[in-house]
Amino acid sequence: MKYKDYYAILGVERNADTEAIKKAYRKLAHKYHPDVSKDPQGEAKFKDVAEAYATLKDTEKRAAYDQLGKHAPGEDFRPPPDWGRQFGDSHAFEGIDLSDLFEHFTGRGGRRGAMPIPGQDYEVTAHISLEDAYRGATVDLELAVPEFDGSGFARRVPRSFKARIPKGATDGQRLRLKGQGGKGLNGGPDGDLYLNIALHPHPLFRPSGHDLYLDLPLAPWEAVLGATVQVPTLGGTVELKVPAGTQAGQKLRLANRGLPRPHQGAGDLYAIAQIVVPGAASDKERALYQQLADGASFNPRGHFEEEGKHERQTH
Amino acid sequence: MNAKLTETTWLDAHCEVTFAELASLSGLAEAELRELVEYGALAPNDPRETQWTFSGECVVTARAAQRLRASFDLDPNALSLAVGLLERIRALEAELRALRAQLPRRTR
Repeated sequence: MKYKDYYAILGVERNADTEAIKKAYRKLAHKYHPDVSKDPQGEAKFKDVAEAYATLKDTEKRAAYDQLGKHAPGEDFRPPPDWGRQFGDSHAFEGIDLSDLFEHFTGRGGRRGAMPIPGQDYEVTAHISLEDAYRGATVDLELAVPEFDGSGFARRVPRSFKARIPKGATDGQRLRLKGQGGKGLNGGPDGDLYLNIALHPHPLFRPSGHDLYLDLPLAPWEAVLGATVQVPTLGGTVELKVPAGTQAGQKLRLANRGLPRPHQGAGDLYAIAQIVVPGAASDKERALYQQLADGASFNPRGHFEEEGKHERQTH
Repeated sequence: MNAKLTETTWLDAHCEVTFAELASLSGLAEAELRELVEYGALAPNDPRETQWTFSGECVVTARAAQRLRASFDLDPNALSLAVGLLERIRALEAELRALRAQLPRRTR
């Protein structure tokens, strides 16, 4: 069994009183609790902090933990010979986690009764691609879950799940897989597995709910004259008619070309017009631009002058 | 290691759970859930109904409430406040993501 220094995890002295332990825990929980923290490592850090606190806040568990002696974090160790007898658990310590030892610690002379105990629920973030969300996908998930032996004692075992994510997923959506969490004990129901969907960024499409946004670069003459252009969608390339006089930033909607919704229908795909100026113009092109500049009456900053007049009149 | 294929349920507005189911799925006591409803942190589909039902999204909120209560020893009032604020942050973040998606990539 690998040693974890619960005092060091909470950043307190070994002789800290319960109040100091509670304060240290709360401070760290504010920082790392997965529901409030933005730290990507927050969940793992909070797990350690919560595990340390669960043991140290309980006088009996803390005494039992202290009896294990002080070891270097991560060091393989065995509890003293009389530890199991003294604290009521006489199982083997091979292949178990310190957290399992205390999570299911029943105290002096105690033993887990025959009460039905529901299995633990698990929450996992499933990272999928936009294409997976579009078509639906089966994802492989790996979890270390506690499994109980005959005496009700837990060991963490790796378990793999295949979860079917139906069409309709988008960022932040939740799925419940009934009965796929931890095994119940003494006839208790199995726990559930909750999936939090997170979409990988896509090089072209940006999801907003079930709608998708795509930058559509247009040459100045395409924007002025209008054009029919090929546009990628998750379902394949489609033709889009760009109307004459399209302005930069204008959204062109392709109905139902977004992500499918879970129950029916689909979001839309919006192509955002971007007017792109060619990098290096040839002499011929420059001459054509010059001809356009000389002949055009268009003043893109006309409203500056209008605003200026208005300002002068009001002051 | 066994891998089983499992069907899934979306926790969204199309999924409806009863009050008792919400309690069981979240691990909160019915009295605690009732207080979360009273303080406005959870909204039944129709509060005038005698048998409350909730949208699947409430399962996510109630489970977060249960975790917060367990981790921070919050009383129902503080818990409702925290859950309400977290919901607001979640909604604002979703709105921010949606607005960012609409910005052309070059100017983001």
